Amino acid sequence: MMTLEFAVAAALFAGVLCYAVLGGADFGSGFHDLTAGGSRRGAPLRTLIDHSIGPVWEANHVWLIYVLVMWWTGFPESFAAAMTTLYVPLVLALGGIVLRGASFAFRKYSETLWQARLFGVVFATSSVLAPFFLGTIAGALASGRVPAGGNGDPWTSWLAPTPLFTGAISVGTCAFLAGTFLTADAARRGQDALAARLRVRSLVVGAVTGAVVFAALIPIERDAPTLWEGLTSRALPVAALSALGGIATLILLWRGRFGIARLTAVVAVAAVMAGWGVGQYPWVLVDQVSIHEGAGAPATLQGLLVAVGIAALIVAPALGYLFYLTQSPQWNGAAEPAKPATVHWSRRLEG
Amino acid sequence: MDATQLLAQTADAVAAADPAGLMPARQQMALSLGWHIILACFGVAFPAIIFAMHLRGIVKQDQVALGLAKRWGKASAVLFAIGAVSGTVLSFEMGLLWPGLMGTFGDVLGLPFAFEGLAFFLEAIFLGIYLYGWGRMPQKLLLLMVVPMAITGVIGTYCVLAVNAWMNAPVGFDIVGGEVVDIEPWAVLFNQHAFLAFAHMWLAAYMVAGFSIAAVYAAGMLKGRRDRHHRLGFMVPFAFATIAALAQPVAGHFLGHDLAERQPAKLAAFEFADETADGATPLTIGGIYIDGEVKWAIEIPYLSSIASLNSFTEPVPGLDQFDEADEPPVNFTHYAFQTMIGIGFLLLGAVLLFWFMRRRKVDLLQNRWFLRFAAVSGLLAVTAMEAGWIATEVGRQPWIVYGVMRTTEAAADHSGALWGVYGASVLLYGGMSIGAIVILRSMARRWRDGAADLPSPYGPRSPLADPDATVRDSTVRDCGDELEDAR
Repeated sequence: MMTLEFAVAAALFAGVLCYAVLGGADFGSGFHDLTAGGSRRGAPLRTLIDHSIGPVWEANHVWLIYVLVMWWTGFPESFAAAMTTLYVPLVLALGGIVLRGASFAFRKYSETLWQARLFGVVFATSSVLAPFFLGTIAGALASGRVPAGGNGDPWTSWLAPTPLFTGAISVGTCAFLAGTFLTADAARRGQDALAARLRVRSLVVGAVTGAVVFAALIPIERDAPTLWEGLTSRALPVAALSALGGIATLILLWRGRFGIARLTAVVAVAAVMAGWGVGQYPWVLVDQVSIHEGAGAPATLQGLLVAVGIAALIVAPALGYLFYLTQSPQWNGAAEPAKPATVHWSRRLEG
Repeated sequence: MDATQLLAQTADAVAAADPAGLMPARQQMALSLGWHIILACFGVAFPAIIFAMHLRGIVKQDQVALGLAKRWGKASAVLFAIGAVSGTVLSFEMGLLWPGLMGTFGDVLGLPFAFEGLAFFLEAIFLGIYLYGWGRMPQKLLLLMVVPMAITGVIGTYCVLAVNAWMNAPVGFDIVGGEVVDIEPWAVLFNQHAFLAFAHMWLAAYMVAGFSIAAVYAAGMLKGRRDRHHRLGFMVPFAFATIAALAQPVAGHFLGHDLAERQPAKLAAFEFADETADGATPLTIGGIYIDGEVKWAIEIPYLSSIASLNSFTEPVPGLDQFDEADEPPVNFTHYAFQTMIGIGFLLLGAVLLFWFMRRRKVDLLQNRWFLRFAAVSGLLAVTAMEAGWIATEVGRQPWIVYGVMRTTEAAADHSGALWGVYGASVLLYGGMSIGAIVILRSMARRWRDGAADLPSPYGPRSPLADPDATVRDSTVRDCGDELEDAR
């Protein structure tokens, strides 16, 4: 089982997991931004979102590039097949990714409130749409809708029960992760009222997402039999872990243990994703192309593993340092001295 | 004949020659690559320029330099964000537009992209640390965070150029019975043109970023803002641009030295060589290539052979040697190439003049004509770089992998409906350009008005968080990167 192509597939899927968790938490903050309420009511939450994802979103976003590069290099023909079949959701997801990244940066440095509102709406809406379309792509692959030769039907390949459910699950897991992370961030920064608001949101989003995940199992049995078979056998322990993680997160959020809740939320979401991966093993394109059949040249696969090894040695510590800094007291205003009671210039401008 | 008829005829001509989806795919790629490459230049060169300014600020205890470094950090946050997302577009488009290329050669050309991804990862990480570390980390440690960004800029540029060099001079595989075999991915990563192509583009990145940033301060000086802030803001990037502009002709010359053997049709198009001359080929300026002949051009004897072949006698192989189906669009390639060369030498002359006059104790920053030129030097550098990319990419046509795979074979089976996606992309990129310009200009204006930091309009110290307001979250705290202002 531990072949070269399996190792590359595992490294590729590890990237998918990281993107789902880290990139997902960034996407999900868009959901909370969108539903934060009017300018005044939503201001503290939007400021918290700026602060929480500002330093990390670009790094988290690179996981997507990593996944694409590993895919086209490791399994080139299946990549081309997926690209020529699923171009509609791919283009829509891409549009969302571009709009959210650009408008997030623009909003942060907006001068006037209306500019911030405009960019904020674009950021938040596209942050919800992008994971939906990325989710439908995963569902289309998992339900065997991408033919090996590519050029599958551009519409029925993803407008079908499994892809639509995975799209919805994707939006839900992103919002759930983001909610849990933001609750912990707000609590750490001493914003208790905001943390309380976010706690309720995360509980609701978590419960709804869990329900959607279980509801999705109903159509999957018929709509994606190969995936269903994997989910009910090999992937069963992972699925159970995901359920446990989800329930534990809800309990921890309920009891106000926000720090640990982040950990269980990550376990829950990573396990949902892993369930998909383990469930569809050994297929790259379910029922069409296996990992073994789809693999590129062995020399290239070796090269990819070298790149992955270097990444583990260099990128992982750097990423760890970034995450450490964002969680440190200096970066969270904990060590901040009492502010002088000056009137800020922006108030004078509008006053 | 009116314009619509003309358009319809052109469309028919295109349709007859190529699949309907090819032209929109090429335009789409040109738009997204041409747009991204400008931002990529800032991603590559801006960190080193910021580093120099920040270092100066720390070493000389220079508050003006520190202030500039900090502002540049914030401006680069906007540029890098749109650079990151527009780079993602390219990753998608490799598959969406050119599945034939990626399906066939994905495992040949993929490895450099893997290392490029790695470099970009590190750049994104340290950018996050640098931007948000102001006021939260010791200055010297913060300065260190820029170093990885400058290094990853080098690696990333090298890797991307390795793939592009490979497309122009493919190596590292064989084709046996229509199958790609004997793949050597490391040979692609270290192919012999990669280094020269990298050097050319890396210098171009420093020219684009250096001249563009200097241009901002030149424009400010033209408006009478003659303080040390503007002078320093001009001089540091201009110094980077100077070195790059001086080295660029050398790098470009070496990159093209074996073009006659590697891609003779491209060279013939560059040089407007309609037929193989009897002896040295003259340099052709102006003119137009119609029906296999260059008309109405000015010729300078010998110069083309000297520049491209290092020879006084050898001719450049003429376009008459190639089948028409193997020729690139000649006029477009030629003019793009000469635009690049022309602007390159113009910028070179300008920097030479500036430093020469400075040695003679004449400060050209007092000269309004020089400032006017400097204010457009960024646009000129961008134009030269875009022209260079057009020259090399259009000059590679009709091949996507030179001599191995035609662009038509690589394109996806899309219909003319792809023009719709292209139209949407024009709107999207137009919108992003306008957004970036509006935001950057407003940042500059607020800085000029005396704002040290740029809090968001819904931030903790905005009227929205006003203590007298009726609805208020009493626990709102200061947003970290506005800390310094409060202190």
